[in-house]
Amino acid sequence: MGTLRINGAARTVDADGDVPLLWVLRDELGLTGTKYGCGIAQCGACTVHVDGRAARSCVTPAAGLGDREIVTIEGVSGNVAQAVQGAWRRLDVAQCGYCQSGQIMSAIALLSEKPRPADADIDAAMAGNVCRCATYVRIRAAIHEAARTLGG
Amino acid sequence: MLTRRHFLQSTALAGATLLIGFRLDPRPALAAGEALEPNAFVRIAPDNTVTIIGKHIEMGQGSYTGLATILAEELDADWSQVRVEPAPADAERYNNLLWGPMQGTGGSTAMANSWEQLRRAGATARAMLVEAAARDWGVPASEITVDRGVVSHAPSGRRATFGELVPKAKALTPPAQVPLKDPKDWKLVGKPLLRVDGRAKTDGSAQFTMDVKLPGMLTALIARPPRFGATVKSFDAGPALQVKGVTHVVPVPSGVAVVATSFWAARKGREALRVTWDESRAETRGTDELYAAYRTLARRPGKFARRDGDPASALRGAAKVFEAVYEFPYLAHAPMEPLDAVVRLAPGECEMWAGSQIPTVDQQVVAQIVGLPSAKVRINTMLAGGSFGRRATPNGDVAGEAAAVAKAVGGAAPVKLVWTREDDLQGGRYRPLYVHRLRGGLDVRGDIVAWEQRIVGQSILKGTPFEAVQVKNGIDQTSVEGASSLPYAVPNLSVELHTTDVGVPVLWWRSVGSTHTAFSTETFLDELAHAAGRDPLEVRRTLLLKHPRHLATLDLAAEKAGYREPLPAGRARGIALHESFGSVVAQIAEVSLRPDGLPKVERVTCAVDCGTAINPDIVRSQMEGGIGYGLAAAMWSEITIVKGRVQERNFDGYRPLRIDEMPAIDVHIVTTGAAPTGVGEPGVPPIAPAVANALFHLTGRRVRRLPFARLAPAGTRTA
Repeated sequence: MGTLRINGAARTVDADGDVPLLWVLRDELGLTGTKYGCGIAQCGACTVHVDGRAARSCVTPAAGLGDREIVTIEGVSGNVAQAVQGAWRRLDVAQCGYCQSGQIMSAIALLSEKPRPADADIDAAMAGNVCRCATYVRIRAAIHEAARTLGG
Repeated sequence: MLTRRHFLQSTALAGATLLIGFRLDPRPALAAGEALEPNAFVRIAPDNTVTIIGKHIEMGQGSYTGLATILAEELDADWSQVRVEPAPADAERYNNLLWGPMQGTGGSTAMANSWEQLRRAGATARAMLVEAAARDWGVPASEITVDRGVVSHAPSGRRATFGELVPKAKALTPPAQVPLKDPKDWKLVGKPLLRVDGRAKTDGSAQFTMDVKLPGMLTALIARPPRFGATVKSFDAGPALQVKGVTHVVPVPSGVAVVATSFWAARKGREALRVTWDESRAETRGTDELYAAYRTLARRPGKFARRDGDPASALRGAAKVFEAVYEFPYLAHAPMEPLDAVVRLAPGECEMWAGSQIPTVDQQVVAQIVGLPSAKVRINTMLAGGSFGRRATPNGDVAGEAAAVAKAVGGAAPVKLVWTREDDLQGGRYRPLYVHRLRGGLDVRGDIVAWEQRIVGQSILKGTPFEAVQVKNGIDQTSVEGASSLPYAVPNLSVELHTTDVGVPVLWWRSVGSTHTAFSTETFLDELAHAAGRDPLEVRRTLLLKHPRHLATLDLAAEKAGYREPLPAGRARGIALHESFGSVVAQIAEVSLRPDGLPKVERVTCAVDCGTAINPDIVRSQMEGGIGYGLAAAMWSEITIVKGRVQERNFDGYRPLRIDEMPAIDVHIVTTGAAPTGVGEPGVPPIAPAVANALFHLTGRRVRRLPFARLAPAGTRTA
């Protein structure tokens, strides 16, 4: 048993052994917006924020997180998150939608660090997030649009 | 063409309404009986909501939005009052009119088969609301108008919402005949409305099968054999049962299931499980052996799928003869949501949650396994996290596994069956491996006088319920489609097929036969054009004089791509054109070279004729996605089998396309008044040959084997 700080609240979880954060979020806490896609940090569907930075929860042992701040798609907030989610919606980025929580979390982390990313910055920050529907054209456009919204 | 941005700006309040108005309703909000339900496709509630019942699954292709648009148009509903709810499994009410009798989504038919049906369903509901108002107000129905969910009678100034009219409309009998709108009066069809599922897919609330959680639910993983066709000889459940959280280890037809209180426990349990396999009937060949055997077969005549004129004589009499052999690997679908299904067994009934493309097949398969009549198996259709054909198995494989596990644990708890990504990539049901051999003859002027194509590969439909309809005279139409339907005017043309028998399970994969036939035909045509010293665009145009749709689509792509304008050094263009699922798509790829010699696709111009574009923005997104999906396969995808064992395990070995490899894409829609045809698949076939043709114009290299990654030896590839 241990305590994790998730979406601003302390949650007691049964996170012993090597269980990755992803499965604590999904199976134990019912935070199913964070997705399983590969289990080996190759697809990014499981992306969450740990202390504000994008992290692949499928390979992040829950036991090692201590009091670090974990934010999932369900708890993400603030003007960057609003700008990103709004742009995603207006451009209708999502097709099947399964990877989009991870895409959005990576995009928010990028824009929080680089308010006006160039295409190369987007490539670098988003190349770890796979979309098999290949919504990449709109992901790129939505990140630029969110940056404009934020006045970056 | 009206763009979405312009549409939103030009419609007062529409932006705000569209952003907040939609909801995906997993369950009916009202008790039956309160609402107006004139048919199986729409329910209008006293609270003024209009719920459209979607008989097709939403797997990313935009079907829910499209279905709702068709019905809401004829109903004259306000788009903000519209919701979509998945239909229950029912082959009678929700039959796919193009390939039933069964309820199914596939072959890019969702809009095409629903178009008339949902227009009538919406118009019928509208007529009942109008009639109810006419009787209530004592005015002629002909004087009543309906606009954005409001029924009005101008002379008397009376108005009512749909919801207010429901109680009276319910008492009426639906009319047998209803007029349909003139297309000039459409307010929703043809407009870039936002998707009904868009909001839930940006805040994490969209519910996929993977997200289903029931009280006491257990998670199951299945240990499947390392070679296709092997079976369980024996297993030792002991070490698995010692893993904390593992509750059951049970044999099922496809292997041994490890059942646990969480995914992680099930995974660790499966790792601990020891299974001995009986491989006496397993497929032990590898892909290298299959290619060699197929190449040999391709030199021998096969069964004719098409024969025009006398290609053999024409080849003998040709001034120049060209030959090419093409090789296409097994491909996995690899949807982002791995395969899954949830089954809950209770005495006398069974409930399943799945995102299946053929729910009524799943229903029958599950019913048979658990020993209940189909009517006692309730299917809850979930959003599917991609599919690309993988969730359309004619034998309901995943649903059947989930039911088998639920039964094996004695109905002790609901069971969620999950395939890991490794299971998905190694578990078969691939796009078949094919070899094509083409021979073409030019006369002295350079005209194509002979075209002979042989295709070698497994049948997708053999042994399935689809065999009776789609396999004729030994020809599986899905093996030859796109080749046997070649539109080019060549006087002597034949397509032959060798169907092979291999123990690797195969399945349709987004655009099916066209995944390989578009590549061989469009690159070989380009090759013949080059040999004749002719422009590839002009050769196609000359051979398409009897195909005005193809010609118009090709011309639009060429115009929009600026085909005649010069390119900077280091870039070249390639063309491909292909018809599939009733739609014609032309793509012009602009390509440069990566440092490792592989193509880098800079830009794609795409033109599509899909009849009426119900939602032009979704048509665009399907073309973009189809190009990306096709390009992923063309660049990187290959399932390699060595001595019967699949080598690729996860996305590290089966490399997907990533954002830095995605080209810029412009999509242009050919405007016609024809009924809608497919868009989910037709964007896929042209991209690989368009890129290959561009690569030839850039480097002189012809691609004969996919993926392109094969052009750069391992170790020389850049990231």
